[in-house]
Amino acid sequence: MSQRPLHIIGKARRRVDGRAKVSGETRFADDLILPRMLFCRLLRSPLPHARIVSIDVSRAQALPGVHLVLTGADLPTTFGILPVSQDEHALCLDKVRFVGDPVAAVIAQTELLAEEALALINVKYEPLTTIASPEEALAQSEPRIHDYGDSGNIHKSVAMSFGSVEQGFAEADHIFDDTFSYAGNTHLPLETHAAVAALDPDGKLTIWSSTQTPHYVHRSIAKVLALPPSRVRVIATPQGGGFGGKTDPFNHEIVICKAALVTGRPVKICLSREEVFYCHRGRHPVLMRLRCGVKQDGTLTALHLQTLLDGGAYGSYGVASTFYTGALQTVTYHLPSYRFEGCRVFTNKPPCGPKRGHGTVQPRFGQEVQLDKIAVALGLDPAELRLRIVEKPGALTANFLKIRTIGLAECIRSVVRRSGWADKHRKLPYGRGVGIACSSYLSGAGMPIYYNDMAHSGVQLKLDRSGLVTAFCGAAEVGQGSDDVLCASVAEVLGVEIADVKVVTGDTDLSPVDLGSYSSRVTLMMGNAAIQAAERARELVAGPVAAKLGVPVEQLVFSHGRVFPAAAPETGMSFREAVIIAEAVHGTLGTTGSYKPPKPAALFKGGGVGPSPTYSYTAAVIEVEVDPDTGWLHIEKIWIAHDIGRALNPTLTRGQVEGSVYMGLGEALMEEQAFRRLPPKLSGALVHRTPSILEYKSLTSLEMPDIDTELIEDPDPSGPFGGKEVGQGPLLPIMPALANAIFDAVGVRIDEVPITPEKILKGLANLQAGKPARVGPKGFPTVPYPEPLQVPTPWQGGDGRAVNDAVRSKDKRAKNV
Amino acid sequence: MKQPISLIVNGERHDTLCTPNLTLLEVLRENLQLTGTKHGCELGECGACAVLLGEEPVLSCLVLAMECDGLPITTVEGMKRGAELHPLQAAFADHGAAQCGYCTPGILVTAKALLDRNPSPTRTEVREALSGNLCRCTGYLQIFEAVEAAAGILREEKQ
Repeated sequence: MSQRPLHIIGKARRRVDGRAKVSGETRFADDLILPRMLFCRLLRSPLPHARIVSIDVSRAQALPGVHLVLTGADLPTTFGILPVSQDEHALCLDKVRFVGDPVAAVIAQTELLAEEALALINVKYEPLTTIASPEEALAQSEPRIHDYGDSGNIHKSVAMSFGSVEQGFAEADHIFDDTFSYAGNTHLPLETHAAVAALDPDGKLTIWSSTQTPHYVHRSIAKVLALPPSRVRVIATPQGGGFGGKTDPFNHEIVICKAALVTGRPVKICLSREEVFYCHRGRHPVLMRLRCGVKQDGTLTALHLQTLLDGGAYGSYGVASTFYTGALQTVTYHLPSYRFEGCRVFTNKPPCGPKRGHGTVQPRFGQEVQLDKIAVALGLDPAELRLRIVEKPGALTANFLKIRTIGLAECIRSVVRRSGWADKHRKLPYGRGVGIACSSYLSGAGMPIYYNDMAHSGVQLKLDRSGLVTAFCGAAEVGQGSDDVLCASVAEVLGVEIADVKVVTGDTDLSPVDLGSYSSRVTLMMGNAAIQAAERARELVAGPVAAKLGVPVEQLVFSHGRVFPAAAPETGMSFREAVIIAEAVHGTLGTTGSYKPPKPAALFKGGGVGPSPTYSYTAAVIEVEVDPDTGWLHIEKIWIAHDIGRALNPTLTRGQVEGSVYMGLGEALMEEQAFRRLPPKLSGALVHRTPSILEYKSLTSLEMPDIDTELIEDPDPSGPFGGKEVGQGPLLPIMPALANAIFDAVGVRIDEVPITPEKILKGLANLQAGKPARVGPKGFPTVPYPEPLQVPTPWQGGDGRAVNDAVRSKDKRAKNV
Repeated sequence: MKQPISLIVNGERHDTLCTPNLTLLEVLRENLQLTGTKHGCELGECGACAVLLGEEPVLSCLVLAMECDGLPITTVEGMKRGAELHPLQAAFADHGAAQCGYCTPGILVTAKALLDRNPSPTRTEVREALSGNLCRCTGYLQIFEAVEAAAGILREEKQ
């Protein structure tokens, strides 16, 4: 086919689902109303850790209008997002593990009645000691929150060493040793989780749910209810925000499916805002220590990173989160040697999981603030220091991550130029300052969540004589614009208008599997699958048309709704006429496309977390004004540059950048998932301090500063039309850039997130008292990390395997036999 | 005890029965099945449920339906001009002001109230008018731009 310029991709455009969203016609899960629908409410534990002695549901069951009461015994099979952490019950079986853990469900004629019936359920608990913090979890191996995991209350502990950090430290002129802490925070999507389950007239089960991962929900429901997956249909409704909070399969989804099966009627659940705080799966609180070896010119020689994650009460994505805290340190700046040790513990709090930037946000904060400290100590400009050490395109890093294109240097130059950095850094009057930080993120996880050899994303196209092209894909529209990417990719390749493509997405009965909206994977993976399907459709149509016109296929152009020979456009025909010719020759027209990421170079255990088809890069400068009397911060402006490869729809791309900045700034300044212990006379339980939007502070329109965004476009061959991710990466530099700007403004180091006025005042007081002007963790506890896997780096001739992994070596030998 | 009330929603009279404890939000969504109005907290904290009572934006989760008997109410469903989008709606769609779209109905009616009384708001006035409506997706800036673009179109329409 003849090449032509892009018509749709790269142009700012109204998104394909934009009209529905502004007219109130987008149907979210709680907007669904089915005839004879019943309503479900969950009874949740008031205790953080307790054995369930007995549950008496007889009074609730007897209430007129109550159709069903379920308890843990009705759903005994465990589930969970990761195959290694199948540790959740839809309703707690014998034990509750945090305030909010569900123990019973009432299904009634109205929501109010269901709520009323909850009060009639009598649960007897035997309280157990609460494990409230990582320190307590490390110190107390009993009582165990779970009877699996590495040991005691340690869920997962990992260690890996790439090259020799000892040699790296020996070669260093300076060694910097810093500890940082990052508070937990939550996604706070405005739409609370909701779902409706119903039996189809043919007896099959359907659930509509506000989920980012219909495929994984499908697997979990089939598992717990022991149904063949072919008889379960999951439809991901458009979501009112997810940010990672709707990527786990949830207990309430399984409960209403069971209830629909038992009652034979549609059952709806819509969680209250308070309950969403209990579902959580948000940002892990992380304590971290970074030891970094540096030469006088700023060259890094070694990094030793230790992390300790407060996982909350369940596994969730936690094993992956643990690995992610150590995965991406190597992709921004060249690191000749690297050691990572990570540990996740269970505590009696809502389970932590993936939030925008999953696991990489916390250590990025530490790394970028430490670089700022290094620049100060070496007398280097922090922007210049970063430019010196930026990793090279095509590099294979110490931990075997393959870099493709890297626009980080351009990003740094862009924010330095636009912010007037040279005239501001260390030059603004006292109380005002600028800070810089960078980041990188995956364009999709290189490995699936459960091991398999199938495609990560599939797209199916149907074309017919009407001229309409229908694209089917399992991707879930969470607001990021995945429907728009699918539609635009197909329309671009086939040369038709957006309005001539219809998308059917997120429906496990109708659409081919896409693994879900997580790890910034959809645009790249679904986009590539869509391009493949559309190119195949174009070939299918082009053959008969070329034969009819008597021209070689290579000369045909598909553009502006027409198909024509490049040399004689007037002899062509409309796309619809072309499809009619092809349908007459081939019969019914349909194609498929699929995408599977390249095989990772990392072959050591744990090497499945971190690889990605390509990485995005971001740099940000923040200008801040600090009031030394009150500690109050005023953000003057944020300049950000994002290496996007190609912006498929610049309006949406900019929205993702600005939305990430907003969410990052909220984390930096105020968002915090905080807990407190009730006094002993009130049970001494550990409870949420802030299960409400009023108390969980986030930025409003009044606090949002102006953002100056530049997209760096250097198309990456791995991405669809050259595009890379944008939904998560731009969040990461915000917290460290702010901390660095505060240091520039008032000379105080805040090595903790969030950065509150109280902490700034404390730092200023320390400064005045002649103490180190720093607020942050005092030290790092002793963590029983395992013996590290020793992985020789590529430049040591390593092949991506560990040299001391007895288990994997045995597997390899077995495979060779 | 259920009592009859009449709500004038988007210019249409709806007679319905409701108990005194029901909020306007519940009656709009559940009795009248006008699900365009959203809920994010039902405690008056997020702004997702904003509707216009007369010309004023109110949080429909904090207003009892019975208090609205006979009063005119505007929801997002009432903004379109026939099949055409209201300039605010069109601007929101074109400027990326709606990502997930969940806060959008509440912000649209709040912005409409602003532009109805102040056709040329400054950026600060837009920020203040929308300060009770949380948005978790956009970072607000594209929303401000959409409101300002719509204001320009509405001013042109008046001339």
